[in-house]
Amino acid sequence: MSALFWLGLFFGAAAIGYTVLRAVPPLLHTPLMSGMNALSGITILAALAAIGIARTTGEAHWAGAAVALAAANVVGGFAVTHRMLRMFRRSLDRENPSWPR
Amino acid sequence: MAALSKIVSADLAALAFVPLLVLGIHWMRSPATAVRGNALGAIGMVGFVALTLHGRGLWSHPAMWGWLAAGTLIGGFLAARVRMIQMPELVALFNGIGGVASAIVAMLALSSEGGATDSVARLAAFLAVSIGALTFSGSVVAVLKLARVLRPRPVTFPGHGTINTALLTALLAATLLGSFAPYPLVASWSAGALVLALAAGLVAMLRVGGADMPVSISFLNALSGVAAAVAGYALANPVPVAVGALVGAGGLMLTGDMCRAMNRRLGDVLAGRHVSAEPVSADAAAAPPAAPTRRTDAIDRDPVALLRAARRVVIIPGYGMALAQAQPAVRRLYDALMNKGVEVEFGIHPVAGRMPGHMHILLAEVEIPYEKFKELDDINPRLPETDVALVVGANDVVNPAANTVEGTPISGMPVIRADTARAVVVCNLDRCPGYAGVPNPLYDRPNVILCLGDAAETIGRLAAALEADGSGKE
Repeated sequence: MSALFWLGLFFGAAAIGYTVLRAVPPLLHTPLMSGMNALSGITILAALAAIGIARTTGEAHWAGAAVALAAANVVGGFAVTHRMLRMFRRSLDRENPSWPR
Repeated sequence: MAALSKIVSADLAALAFVPLLVLGIHWMRSPATAVRGNALGAIGMVGFVALTLHGRGLWSHPAMWGWLAAGTLIGGFLAARVRMIQMPELVALFNGIGGVASAIVAMLALSSEGGATDSVARLAAFLAVSIGALTFSGSVVAVLKLARVLRPRPVTFPGHGTINTALLTALLAATLLGSFAPYPLVASWSAGALVLALAAGLVAMLRVGGADMPVSISFLNALSGVAAAVAGYALANPVPVAVGALVGAGGLMLTGDMCRAMNRRLGDVLAGRHVSAEPVSADAAAAPPAAPTRRTDAIDRDPVALLRAARRVVIIPGYGMALAQAQPAVRRLYDALMNKGVEVEFGIHPVAGRMPGHMHILLAEVEIPYEKFKELDDINPRLPETDVALVVGANDVVNPAANTVEGTPISGMPVIRADTARAVVVCNLDRCPGYAGVPNPLYDRPNVILCLGDAAETIGRLAAALEADGSGKE
């Protein structure tokens, strides 16, 4: 693949991400950050690939540790974000009992 | 590791899930849809993992499932157990974990001949090692400071700046030289880069103080994303490149917001630059000619009487509220005021607390409706028509000296103008200067009442007094 593909992918995603992220209000900045934690666990894909092609036990263990760490990020990040967002939803539900769930 | 130079087609297909994440973030713009947005992100992530397992034939790899289960349990446990006041620690911890995972993967790619095949892929792998390890050690220091295991104050030693610069220069050199070194030497270069990066993160973050955490946590958040992106490139996987870039953009956006809210430059924060600023004398800070204050005589200095007579109250929380665990007391006071028909709003400074949005989640946890939370620019114009500004554990963010005195660490920083309210009640622990070390002239204004002591107690007393006259009248 050409350098253009990779650079375009990186900067394109960053630019689109920035415009969308900009619209998130300060109210939700903490859940936004923990959600970003979950997304930075995307390195789990590289770790999974590494575990598949490890040639020695040592490599397999290191790759496994990376899988576990990244999985903790993904699961923990999404779960704690959900917990926080539910708190905001609760107060919303109280104000508007008929709000669609 | 075997060769990894070609993109696996399943990975390319997985790119189709990236728009799901973008839509998920788009839904984070309102609390009404944010739960759904977060769920969509999780679905996208499961899709990525499933396609990766499929593309590499890993479905029946028992050890992999073991590691995956271990990580899932640890992450789930942390997410379920963390208290809202500890969110900065958890986010900092996850920044570090994400960084170290990327660094490990990149180290593996560099450990054998076939790993990262060309120099550019190797350069990316070296960057992933450097950025990931630096993020990790820096985040560990941040967690320890936030948890108060280490002193939250900046720690500096002689030659700190020089050592920091030397470490970063050596790290950059190792990264560049290592990327173009012949194979057997690459592994040694990468080990060197790893050690240098760990040391650099440690040295840099030791110097950053507690109140600069909103900036540094946001920046480490961005770095953890960039580390994932370069690790993805090193392994020819386009998905981490795109998703890591999203995280990097988010972290940088928040870093910029936080810097603007403190009127500081990122470089100054990371260089611990205001730490050495001369402590400002009380005289200098008090110097601004106090405009004829709307002296209320503060109703015989009685905060309860003041609140009883108020039609509109703005509560301004700071990190001290979190330290004193005063949120439940604030909730009681809020209810008592609302029951009396008082208009209550919260004025929240962007850097109140230890991370972006910290005050919002603490107040949401005690179920105060978030429509009452007002940002700096929205609350300031309405403070002059406010009867009582109630400061709870906040200092620098309400210090009027920021606008009137030159040459202090907070000069030019936008503050919540509590001093423009008709009367101010300050429920802080003491009248010591805040983190920035600038004495607060607000404390000496005639229309200000100080209720010093533990905020949970002082606010609790105010709430109890207001609740009592409610029950007495009806």
